[in-house]
Amino acid sequence: MKIHAIDRQGKEHTLEGRDGWSVMEILRDGGLDIAAECGGACACATCHVYVNDGWFDKLPKPSEAEIDMLDMALAVEPNSRLSCQVICSDTTDGIKVTVAPE
Amino acid sequence: MTAPIETDVVLIGAGPIGLFAVFELGLLDLKCHLIDILDRPGGQCTELYPEKPIYDIPGLPIVTGQELVNRLLEQIKPFDPQFHFGEMATSLEKLPDGRWKLKTDAGTEIIAPAVVVAAGAGSFQPKRPPVPGIEHFENAGDGVGVHYAVRKMETFRGKNILIAGGGDSALDWVINLAPLAKSMTLVHHRDGFRAAQHSVNQMRELEAAGKVKFHVASVKAIHGEPGKMTGVTLAGHDKSEWQHETDAFLPFFGLTIKLGPIAEFGINLHENLIPVDTARFESQTPGIFAIGDINSYTGKLKLILSGFHEAALMAQAAFQICKPNEKLRFQYTTSSSNLQKKLGVS
Repeated sequence: MKIHAIDRQGKEHTLEGRDGWSVMEILRDGGLDIAAECGGACACATCHVYVNDGWFDKLPKPSEAEIDMLDMALAVEPNSRLSCQVICSDTTDGIKVTVAPE
Repeated sequence: MTAPIETDVVLIGAGPIGLFAVFELGLLDLKCHLIDILDRPGGQCTELYPEKPIYDIPGLPIVTGQELVNRLLEQIKPFDPQFHFGEMATSLEKLPDGRWKLKTDAGTEIIAPAVVVAAGAGSFQPKRPPVPGIEHFENAGDGVGVHYAVRKMETFRGKNILIAGGGDSALDWVINLAPLAKSMTLVHHRDGFRAAQHSVNQMRELEAAGKVKFHVASVKAIHGEPGKMTGVTLAGHDKSEWQHETDAFLPFFGLTIKLGPIAEFGINLHENLIPVDTARFESQTPGIFAIGDINSYTGKLKLILSGFHEAALMAQAAFQICKPNEKLRFQYTTSSSNLQKKLGVS
């Protein structure tokens, strides 16, 4: 399963997802500059990404906790998600995300 | 100017690893002062995830960040650590006698033979919105320009104030500053808030009374000459943009972690981490140690339990520096009446 991620410099990376892992973990292990300060606990909003090209609506809805935590993210858009809360599966194969500005 | 404090070890960072280091150093009769930019102990554990359970602390199958910190504080109580909260370590200087003098932004000076950096990923600082040139409008003076905190409410009296954010800080300051502001505007990316319900209710009442204007919008640009903000461009979710005049812009998006002044201390860094040897956990500068998430070595794992181990070995090495003429005797807390006396249990 693939993840297409655009970093803050605008460069696109194609990463191999892992079933059950979060998109944040894949981006971080792929060397993208994403702080993810809390390590995936939905507690810091520093793994903020934009989900592109219609993929936002294909994902399970964000939890209340994630929507709340997005209030602490900068430059939030309607397609914003915390990548630690987006879990890789067959249904996310090919997902496109852009790392939000710091 | 008060005289510098003299102690055995000064620790930068009062997170779980800094706290446990006090225990290991205390068993060796080394006294500690700890500096932390936060206003309480615990670092990320209490700032980011006080309620979240941690499952990989040996002997504690489940413990929250706050509980772990509470237990560590209890464990180190016999050693009477001295905390300097709300202070950032800003400079480190080697004295002619070989000791180190550390200064903080609050003017505190601490002199010690050994310095331990237990700063995690660095210091918590307010998140700065990605608005081009925003830094030119910071520190512009009382009540004007961009501020990430309110030190004196009075400085905002009679000003046009714009607050951005949807958490408790944003709403608390809307509520507290609205009565003395000339005008108060709140912008947030959605018509909903993660703040306490009673704060949300209060804000809605102020809005209904016409004392607060609320827009689902975000700040896209700041206008004015550097140091003299005149207004901002706001953008709604429908991409419509409009100008908004304001004296002050207060963004409240919580904290993020930046390495901060540690980078200026002259300690060798590699990718914002401090390389250490794994026998002493000392940096490449003798007398300066690094433990926890801030250090790097082959096989490093950023786990609390690794930091505890690092603290124990660091303490042995720091002892040699602090008490060069004394012989270190390794003892167990289970059997040493000497250690038990220090812990106040015998």
